[in-house]
Amino acid sequence: MGRCCRAVPLCRMRGQVGSDTDMNNQVAFRDAPFQLRGSTFTMMVLKVSDPHNPNFFPVLSGKIAQAPNFFRNAGVVLDLDDLPAGMPFDMDAFCKLLKNLGLMAVGLLGGTKQQQDAALARGMALIAAPRGKVELFDPLAGTGRSPAQGLANVQGQGQPHAQAAPNPAPPPAPAPMPEPAPQRNTMVVAENVRSGRQIYAPGGDLVVIGSVSPGAELLADGSIHVYGALRGRALAGVSGDQNARIFCQSLDAELVSIAGLYRVSEDIGKDIRRRQVQIYLNNGYLHIDPLATTVA
Amino acid sequence: MAKIITMTSGKGGVGKTTSSAAFGTGLALRGFKTCIIDFDVGLRNLDLIMGCERRVVFDFINVINGEARLSQALIKDKRVENLYILPTSQTRDKDALTPEGVGKILDELKKEFDYILCDSPAGIERGALMALYWADHAIIVTNPEVSSVRDSDRILGVIQAKSRRAELGLEPVKEHLLVTRYDPERVEKGEMLKVEDVLEILAIPLLGIVPESPAVLKASNVGMPVVLDDKSNAGLAYADAVGRFLGETIEHRFIKPEKKGFLDRLLRRTA
Repeated sequence: MGRCCRAVPLCRMRGQVGSDTDMNNQVAFRDAPFQLRGSTFTMMVLKVSDPHNPNFFPVLSGKIAQAPNFFRNAGVVLDLDDLPAGMPFDMDAFCKLLKNLGLMAVGLLGGTKQQQDAALARGMALIAAPRGKVELFDPLAGTGRSPAQGLANVQGQGQPHAQAAPNPAPPPAPAPMPEPAPQRNTMVVAENVRSGRQIYAPGGDLVVIGSVSPGAELLADGSIHVYGALRGRALAGVSGDQNARIFCQSLDAELVSIAGLYRVSEDIGKDIRRRQVQIYLNNGYLHIDPLATTVA
Repeated sequence: MAKIITMTSGKGGVGKTTSSAAFGTGLALRGFKTCIIDFDVGLRNLDLIMGCERRVVFDFINVINGEARLSQALIKDKRVENLYILPTSQTRDKDALTPEGVGKILDELKKEFDYILCDSPAGIERGALMALYWADHAIIVTNPEVSSVRDSDRILGVIQAKSRRAELGLEPVKEHLLVTRYDPERVEKGEMLKVEDVLEILAIPLLGIVPESPAVLKASNVGMPVVLDDKSNAGLAYADAVGRFLGETIEHRFIKPEKKGFLDRLLRRTA
C-alpha cells in the first residue's frame, strides 16, 4: 500500500514514552519572537484523601512500578478536595516525597485559599476548571447554543405552549486557554511498525493498521487493536485501566500486558499462536481468547 | 573474582555474537558460572542466537535506568546449567549506555559469576567502547580477509589505548585471536588468507580457528549455540577454543582440507 493512500489518522503523534503530545489548534503569530498556542495535554490527577496514612507512599510506589517508564518525571495535578476540613497539609513536604518517586506536582485543582497559596509559593499552577465542566460531556459544545436552550427545544415539541426562547444560561467566564477536552483520543498508525519503534497512545486507544515487528513496542492508556500480525510487545492500560484489551489478527507477540500484568511469548500457548485473539484481564488473570472468525 | 571477557572485532558480521554464544556456553559446560551480556543496543540479537527471545521481559537498559533489578533481567538458559543471558533493549540505542550504569552492573555480576562475556557491537564508537572498557581478556574475532584483519588491528589499538586497564596503568588486557569462517580449501587455492598471514599482521596469541560451517546458520535459526551441535566442525572448534583458554594444549583441527572419500565427493558432503 503506497503512502499516498494512507487514511488520514485521527490524531497522528510520534513521540517517546513519557513525553507530552500536543495538538496544535491555533495559528501561531509569525512575527513574534515566540509562539503562544493552545495545547491539550493528558495529565494525571492525584486525588489525596489520607496523606498521613503510612501506606500512602508504599502503595503509590507500587503503582508506579507497574509502568515505570510512563510515570518517570510525569506531571501530576493534585486534588485535595477530599481532605477532611481543617486537616494540616504540608504542600512542600508532600511534593518533595512525590518527587522522590519521580512524580512532579505541576498544579493544584481547586483547593482552599491556604492550599492555593502554598501551591503558588512552590511554583505550581492553579487549575481552576470547575469539576462539573470537566467531567460532563456537553453535546452542544461548539454549536453556540446553551444546554438550557437545547433542552427547552425538546420540551417545546411536546408542549406547543411552552415558553419561547428561554433565557440562555449565562456563558461561562472565558478561560484564557481552551479547556482540556475530556474525550478519549484514538491514535491510528496506518503502517507497519518496525523493530525498535516505540509508540505510545496517551489517554486512549491505539489502532495499528499493519503488522508489528519483533522488537517494536506499542503502549496505550486504553486498548490496542492491531489489524495485522502482532510480533512485538503490546502493553495496554498502562495508566492502570484494567478494562483495556488487546486485539490482533495474528498473535505472535513477545510480550503482552494489561495494566501491568504481563505474559511473555513463551507462556503463550501454541494453540492460540498466530490466531485472531482478544486479550483481557479477569479476576487478576490475563485471558487470551480466540475471536470467532470468518476471515478468509 | 570474575573475569570479564570481551568478544570484539571492529568489523561487523564476522561472528562475534555466534562466538559469544558458543564460547560462553562452552565455559558453562565446563562448570563455570557464566553470564553473556548483549551490548548491541538497538540491534540486539544475542537473545535470538541463544534461543531465549521469547522470555525477555526486562533488559540491560532497564537495569541501567533503575527500572528493573538485575535478577529480573537475567535469563537463565534452559539447556545448560550455570549459564545466564542479559539481553539488551531493541527500542533504545547505544546512547542509553552510561559508564556508571554499566560499571555498576558489572560490579554486581562479578560477585556471583566466574566469567562475564561482553558481546560487543561492531564499530569503534560508544557501544564497542563500553563493551571493551572493563575487559580483562579480549577475544578478537577475525575473518581471514583483508578488511576484517585491518579492522581487527584497529580495535586492538583502541583496546590498548582506551580500556580501563590502559587508563589506570594496570596490567594490559590479554588479547586472543579467534579466526572464524576459515575455509581450508580456499586457503589452499590461494583465495583466502592463511592463519599465518593473519598472525603476521595481528601478532597476538591464537585462541582458535573456527571453520566455515553450514551448522552455524542452522544453529542461529534454531536459537541454539553451535557448540551444542557436537556433530559440527564449528561446534567442536569452539569447544577446543574454550579448552585452550582454560590453559589446555589442544592441537588446531579443521585447518587442512578434508581428504574426502569418493562417496563424500560424489554426494558433496561436509560437516
